Amino acid sequence: MIDFEHHPVVAQTAMMINQMAASMMRPVAREMDEHEHEDPVAYINFMYDVMKSGAGGAAATQFTGGSRKKDQDPNAPKKPGFGNVLGAVSIEMMSWGDAGIYLATPVAGLGGAAVAAAGTEEQKERFLKRFNEGDPKWGAMAITEPGCGSDSAAITTTARLDGDHWVLNGHKIFVTSGKRAIKDSNGFVVVWATVDKSAGRAGIKSFVVEAGTPGMTLLGLEKKHGIRCSDTAQIVFENCRVPKDNLLGSAEVDLNKGFKGVMATFDATRPAVAASAIGIGRAALEFVKEELDKAGVKLRYGINPHKLTARERDVMEMEANLKAAWLLTLKAAWMSDNKKHNNLEASICKAKAGLAVTQLTQKAVELMGPLGYSRDILLEKWMRDAKINDIFEGTQQINMLIIARRILGYGREQLK
Amino acid sequence: MYSFEPTEEQQSIIDTVRDFAKTEMRPKSMEADEKDSLPEGFLQKSWDLGLAVAAIPEAYGGSGIERSAITGALLAEELGYGDVAMGIATLVPALVAYPIVDYGTEEQKKKYLPLFTGSAFPKATAALVEPSMDFDATELTTTAKKRGAGYVLSGKKCLVPLGSSAELYLVFAREGGSGFENVQAFIVPRGAKGLSVSEKEKNMGVKALDTVRLTLEDVEVPADARLGGEKGIDFEKIMSFSRIALSALAVGVSRAALDHSVTYAKERTAFGEAIGQRQAVAFMIADMALEIDATRVLLWEAAWHLDKGEKGTQETYLTKMYADKIALKVTDNAVQVMGGHGYIRENPVEGWLRHARGFATFDGMALV
Repeated sequence: MIDFEHHPVVAQTAMMINQMAASMMRPVAREMDEHEHEDPVAYINFMYDVMKSGAGGAAATQFTGGSRKKDQDPNAPKKPGFGNVLGAVSIEMMSWGDAGIYLATPVAGLGGAAVAAAGTEEQKERFLKRFNEGDPKWGAMAITEPGCGSDSAAITTTARLDGDHWVLNGHKIFVTSGKRAIKDSNGFVVVWATVDKSAGRAGIKSFVVEAGTPGMTLLGLEKKHGIRCSDTAQIVFENCRVPKDNLLGSAEVDLNKGFKGVMATFDATRPAVAASAIGIGRAALEFVKEELDKAGVKLRYGINPHKLTARERDVMEMEANLKAAWLLTLKAAWMSDNKKHNNLEASICKAKAGLAVTQLTQKAVELMGPLGYSRDILLEKWMRDAKINDIFEGTQQINMLIIARRILGYGREQLK
Repeated sequence: MYSFEPTEEQQSIIDTVRDFAKTEMRPKSMEADEKDSLPEGFLQKSWDLGLAVAAIPEAYGGSGIERSAITGALLAEELGYGDVAMGIATLVPALVAYPIVDYGTEEQKKKYLPLFTGSAFPKATAALVEPSMDFDATELTTTAKKRGAGYVLSGKKCLVPLGSSAELYLVFAREGGSGFENVQAFIVPRGAKGLSVSEKEKNMGVKALDTVRLTLEDVEVPADARLGGEKGIDFEKIMSFSRIALSALAVGVSRAALDHSVTYAKERTAFGEAIGQRQAVAFMIADMALEIDATRVLLWEAAWHLDKGEKGTQETYLTKMYADKIALKVTDNAVQVMGGHGYIRENPVEGWLRHARGFATFDGMALV
């Protein structure tokens, strides 16, 4: 039955995160933006404690598919869960608090998602267990290189088997939480590298490189337009040796699949990025509506649209676009929860949310005039923060390409 | 709990209408458009589906299926996919029956609902839109004033669907100042003194649908012509249900345009490959697909608010504006994908563009 009522657990979690976001994220949002590369220490410690205790484990359990409690009979049929919807709601709410700080949350993150998607049980235990103990830790994912971004099949970082170890060589950029994962904590980074350049995308594999591994060097941090609280690292690998069983998935170069496994990670992470975008968009929209309300501007729903003022129409378009993006995101997440293949829907929600929220926040700054342009309030920051969502985890254009291929029934060779 | 999955019952309605659209609507839609009239026997066939007013309670001889805006949205999308003119025609009985079910007095229900539970297509319609660029449902210029024990109605209406053959009109008129709360509905028989029914209107699109103008010059009606008696109607809510029906029809025609574009873009070659293999065309199609999905989820969510018993004004209003815009954009893209061939009336897409342009104007012309 078509239903838009959240499960009570989701609704309750959202309320808890709302309180946390309002009390721990918003108050330091500007400060963290103005002091790039510093840590929101209180937030990090608080979140890690919460997640370790399992009390508000939304962020930790996000995007893991259907639910089945550990102590249940493993043969019991899996009930349709709501883990992905819960994840989306949590991320949206945290990003409403602050998207940069949300990205600094001590979690296994994209690296963890890769391990969860492609790793063996042994690997999951070895790499993910650490996030439930000790000091805060981060996971990261290293794909992009100075010479390739969206065309991730063109990566040049190599992995060569030498006895019991893979030897990695290459240069990675745009590694979200890279510094926190390998320098500030005992985390790890999942590195994409080719084991056979001649095999093209089929030769690309992912490797877990743990913090402290010799041969892995943090080269520096980027200075960014927005999400400044999130560290974006450059990492160099020089004869970096990792144990043979740190490879995720099969070592075999299968020309037929190979790449699909690593790309499947995006089906879970794209709705997460969309959710984050939407949290920022909601923050901006709420702000604009409050200011308009204070100024006595009423939004006249129901009248002939030609009689709306330009301002009313702008705000209503913002509302409709944001809501559409959010519902598409929840749809993609709901599909994951119900074991439905959501590759198309994941790209649809990401493409819609990235663009809608970029435009929404830009319009919001415009609508507020000089007020909006001032760094005294957060609106201009939200505009800068929003833009990344139209870029990372697949640019707008890459997602449109994926949607087009799916709708037209084309493979990558037929539609480039 | 969140879900985007129709119930089995809803799915069977979707399947039924999809089949009906395939056999009774699509093959005949272009000819109907050219001839400015519905296919022979269409109204009866659509009536035989038994879906347009299925939520009339059993106590009044109906099927007693639970009234649901979501179900209505699913039904109307499939009708819109088949043909917008025929889709609106199919839903016309609901324009009168559902307001009577929701707001009619016991006497009105007993008197009028049997019209909608028989085996013949009921000859009744509603009149809301007025022939003015300033038409605004919250500020109707058609007025209803008390005179003696009854009311006197004055004003002009247009886009009254199936108005030529109707014998009963539900006329929306303003009783006081502006706002939804001042709009009431009056049941006016065709022969009422002062009511004149125009020739068929000549519209840009939905040509197969007969629409007329009404002129009401001091039309006197008795007190019991006021729907709901003293209590009257909740016009705001009627408008919300109407926006759901129209937005769903808009999603349907958009989907038709998308499907056609996909097929054409894969068949048509230029510069040595299918035009769909070029990003310029492929991205237009991707955007069409994305925005249709976006409109549909907005639609479902808005309908869900209505099913919870809310007025849903904000949700349905945003949805309708979105759906109007997307239907126009998607059908325009569909013409563009086909280039010159899209402009030729041998292909259906130019007709879809003409239909789509109407949605910003079609207020209160369909109801679920």
